[in-house]
Amino acid sequence: MVIGIKDVFKLIGMIIISACAVFVCTLFLNYNIDLRGIESEISAQSRALFDALVTMGKVISAVSGGCLLLTSVVMLCFYIKHYIDQHRQELGILKALGYSKFRIARGFWVFGLSVLIGTAIGFAGAHCLMPKFYSVQNEDGLLPAFDPRFHTELLLFLVILPTAAFALMSVGYGLIKLKTPVLELLKGKSTANVKHVRGGEKPTFLREMKSATVRSRKSLVFFIGFASFCYSAMVQMSLCIDKLASEMMALMTLMIGIILAFVTLFIAAATIVRSNAKSVSIMRVFGYSGKECSSAVLNGYRPAAVIGFAVGSAYQYLLLKIAVDVMFKDVENVPEFDFNFRALIVAAVSFVIVYEAVIFFCSRRLGKLSLKQIMLDAE
Amino acid sequence: MIKLENVHKSYGTKDNSTEILKGVSLDIGDGDFAVILGPSGSGKSTLLNVASGLERPDSGSVLYNGENIARLSDERLTEFRRKNIGFIFQQYYLLPNLTVDKNVRMGAELAHNGNYAEIIKALGLSEKRGRYPHELSGGEQQRVSAARALAKKPAALFLDEPTGALDEETGRLVLDHIAKLQRELGFTIIMVTHNANIAEMAKTVIRMNSGKIVEQYGNQTQKTAYEIGW
Repeated sequence: MVIGIKDVFKLIGMIIISACAVFVCTLFLNYNIDLRGIESEISAQSRALFDALVTMGKVISAVSGGCLLLTSVVMLCFYIKHYIDQHRQELGILKALGYSKFRIARGFWVFGLSVLIGTAIGFAGAHCLMPKFYSVQNEDGLLPAFDPRFHTELLLFLVILPTAAFALMSVGYGLIKLKTPVLELLKGKSTANVKHVRGGEKPTFLREMKSATVRSRKSLVFFIGFASFCYSAMVQMSLCIDKLASEMMALMTLMIGIILAFVTLFIAAATIVRSNAKSVSIMRVFGYSGKECSSAVLNGYRPAAVIGFAVGSAYQYLLLKIAVDVMFKDVENVPEFDFNFRALIVAAVSFVIVYEAVIFFCSRRLGKLSLKQIMLDAE
Repeated sequence: MIKLENVHKSYGTKDNSTEILKGVSLDIGDGDFAVILGPSGSGKSTLLNVASGLERPDSGSVLYNGENIARLSDERLTEFRRKNIGFIFQQYYLLPNLTVDKNVRMGAELAHNGNYAEIIKALGLSEKRGRYPHELSGGEQQRVSAARALAKKPAALFLDEPTGALDEETGRLVLDHIAKLQRELGFTIIMVTHNANIAEMAKTVIRMNSGKIVEQYGNQTQKTAYEIGW
């Protein structure tokens, strides 16, 4: 079979993202369940805080868990599609030899293992941090003290079921992608979105190359946009919530935002470099400079980064505004929340530095591609 | 115009290297049609890569109008290829996400050639301008590759087994187009092939074996692509 256990570790992005998702969800859901267990001991004056903490736990789990779940699904589909593109000849040979689509696709279940690794790390990590998290959440002593307890249902819903679901999804998506006819798998066919345009003003070759690169890998537009969104939302949120929540939560938000942004940005950037290596080498053979090649291949994604950043800014503002105005409306001493321009500037400047550093790194990798090696690889 | 002096080239590690070019010296004049023949592994493709500035020799010089391109920096070498060289490869290497028109424009824009449509027409591709490479036959893809190289108005056109992946009819068609355009525009052709019949189209024939030039001669008369055997 063409898929092996070692392929699971290539899905490092999936492992990190599922670890982050399960870490956040375990922390807040476990806290919520334990908090509900002491509901009868809550005094009338602590009721508003209790309700706010329960709602906050649900919202944070739903928002971060949902967002990360969506990313994991998109990332899994992207990986499988990429895997099939890269191994299309082997898969074509198997199909030509008479292996059924299901027989080939069922090997894709191993991709579910990446989710198992990630969720297990996230679950274990959350349990390690739980005692500290519980004490920080109740450091003012407004609620009765309680210790974290282990909940088997969380292990089932956050680790075992997602693993099974992702393994099934891998097989299902593999089946769909393997509908490609044998000859097309063997010979290879461009994944270009065929759009026959006639007439009109002609853009330059480099501009056309830029838009064709973006069109050919639309999933990367999502990843770049999502990375910018995560960075923008999480960094600004962490700078804004220091007065609303604990320093620990601010730090956690910041860390998750930065990890997610880096992982998705690097995965997207590395895929851009890998999938355009041949085109760039041909351009260089013909005499296009390294700068022209990088610009044609990498610059097309910049608008997605800007849009992702802007949406992230609006999202974090609305989320915190709702949290303050709705969830904490009955809680005393909650400060007013307004848009934080200082946080926006800090996030924007640092994001430009991070994004341009990644692009610079990719440009250098493109510049170092060996023309001869790429030509030989293409044969 | 292109002069190679005592060129050596090896591949592999220090302890386990294989010498591919063993002191090759060669002179190719402006407007020449040179064909390099030789068995597989004789070093002919490496010679083409070194002569065109795609690879640097380990020692020796590659003089192009008197300038040693083996000593140029990567940027200068890219600039050199941009101004002077066109390539046609056996595997075509078209950009898969761009149409025929845009693939040809890739070469044309480097030479500020706004009339590249004429080359597309001359190669019989006018009807296919809006098609993508995967929608074309092998022969059509090779003609696009030729149009891309010619639209660049190169002073020297390097061809590596241009008919290797084509059937006889298409191979003759592609060679005929290239030879006609060469006579019209006067650029230099350096072609690597294992098909000895194609050598009858050339002005200069170079035979290689085991990394050395073993024979070099000129043809009194050049045959057309339809007069040679296959």
